Amino acid sequence: MTTMTGSRPTLSPAARIARMHRQGKLTALLLFLPPALVLFTLFVIWPIFNAANLSFFKWSGYGAIDNFIGTQNYQRLANHSVFHQSLWNSVKLILASLFIQIPLALTLALLIYKKTSANTAFRLIFFAPYILAEIASGVIWSFIFDGDFGVSGQIAAALGIDPFYILADRQFAFLAIITVVVWKYFGYHMMIFIAALQAVPDDLIEAAEIDGAGRWQKVFYVKLPLIMHAIKLSAFFAIVGALQVFDIIIPLTNGGPSNSTHSIVSYLYTYGLAQLNVGYGAAVGVVLFVLCMVTAFSYRRLAMGKGGAL
Amino acid sequence: MNRPGFFLALVRAAVLSIVAALVVVPLLATFLGGFKSVGELRASPFGLPPIWRVETYTEILGGSVFWGYIQNSLIISFSAVFLTLMLASMAAYIFAQIRFFGSKYIQAYLLLGLMFPFATAIVPLFLQIRDFGLLDNPLGVILPQTAFSMAFAIVLLRSFFQQLPKELFEAAYVDGCGYIGFFFRFTLPLSTPILATVGTFVFVQSWNNYLLPLVVINDSAGYTWPLGIMRYRGEFMVEWNRILAFVSLTILPALIFFTFTQKYIVAGLTRGSVKG
Repeated sequence: MTTMTGSRPTLSPAARIARMHRQGKLTALLLFLPPALVLFTLFVIWPIFNAANLSFFKWSGYGAIDNFIGTQNYQRLANHSVFHQSLWNSVKLILASLFIQIPLALTLALLIYKKTSANTAFRLIFFAPYILAEIASGVIWSFIFDGDFGVSGQIAAALGIDPFYILADRQFAFLAIITVVVWKYFGYHMMIFIAALQAVPDDLIEAAEIDGAGRWQKVFYVKLPLIMHAIKLSAFFAIVGALQVFDIIIPLTNGGPSNSTHSIVSYLYTYGLAQLNVGYGAAVGVVLFVLCMVTAFSYRRLAMGKGGAL
Repeated sequence: MNRPGFFLALVRAAVLSIVAALVVVPLLATFLGGFKSVGELRASPFGLPPIWRVETYTEILGGSVFWGYIQNSLIISFSAVFLTLMLASMAAYIFAQIRFFGSKYIQAYLLLGLMFPFATAIVPLFLQIRDFGLLDNPLGVILPQTAFSMAFAIVLLRSFFQQLPKELFEAAYVDGCGYIGFFFRFTLPLSTPILATVGTFVFVQSWNNYLLPLVVINDSAGYTWPLGIMRYRGEFMVEWNRILAFVSLTILPALIFFTFTQKYIVAGLTRGSVKG
């Protein structure tokens, strides 16, 4: 502020505050800023710090927190096969997001990004699952997957075999969850790509046409490179989103059969919160927090480049 | 049209129709399922109902349970939207309008809120809400939801406020309008598009939220509709027609509302992701 103009003398902090007061800035600042900051600190920042602290204790949530157990919660976590499974499930979700969901969303975006009324209708339809609550989607699909009613029931009846319960099958239950996750979120990624494609200047595409670029060349050499930023960002959202899947799993499998379909968050809920193992739940939270942070920072470094804003 | 062009158009139409069917059929089956009996549902889960039975729907609509859930959800969502818009726009206004020492640091601090999902802190958050005596209180859901929307809301609002013409403030200031007066008389009325975007977005998140109400609200009288669906399903287990009717009734108003506000939701999603 002081370096902006040569004519303005350097003010002491007290004089600066006095000037802000005269201009009425100080009152506005003191009235407008604290409410947001206090609420944010109380319910966002403080719980995270508290989680880091609590993760070193064994505590049931009542009474004094004095049972310091060092890193035992983390050791238990590292040795728990169900937690390993939940990490592996998250990896599967990430892979499915990157290699099924995003290519699907990108293809659809390329097909319908131009503003016509038919395209608008398709866009509305494809986006609808994203707007539905996860819980509602989960319940609807648990009906579709029900061996006595939905798709698999129909197929089994047509083939004259015994009904097949996908969601109760260790091998296929998580595949069913992946299907629902892709169904629920592809429209979201598609919307990001559509917005990016609509921002590609028309004259660039026309210039490519004049240079003799064909349909596919336009896609691969003009459109895709120009929306690379959106693709990377969408991949980032897919990864972070896959780490926090919860609502969809509860109505579909509730983590079963035999704990094979937990996500990190449903694991946290089941083993930390529902049993009020406060320290243990806090430790899972810290691991999830670290995973998110590492993803954010390494992704920013590796994929987004130095100028990339995340 | 040449032959490869025709072929591609055909493939395009096929792809779009198949994906559209994959989205629409489960939803349609849900709506239709509510009109069938359990037996009919078992025989034909996706077809039209042989007889349109409205009893299941009217029974749910006639009871008080469904309306209770909807009312609780509406109270929580609207309060979260109102509080977020109020607090975030006030803070964003300060960042956009006033230069002061520490402004950058405080903004960086708030940006931390964009980095992690609230599931990470759900256990201590639960303790915090309990220690404040807010369990089984709508505020126990509203305040954390507001706090977690704060970072995103402030970022969007600040960049919009910064684009408002500076001359306007200078003119008003000369005429004796202070910072606070300017905020209420000019900034807010001029910012309705961005307020609608942020508001719609917060509303969707709050309306669909499951984990936080699950943790905070124990008494079924205070349940929001996602908790209500799960309870209803637990109660009726294999009577899928009832469950599907219940789901249909809870998602129908949301689908209609979101169809009309889609513009704002999409704006909230894509703002920032395109410009970087």
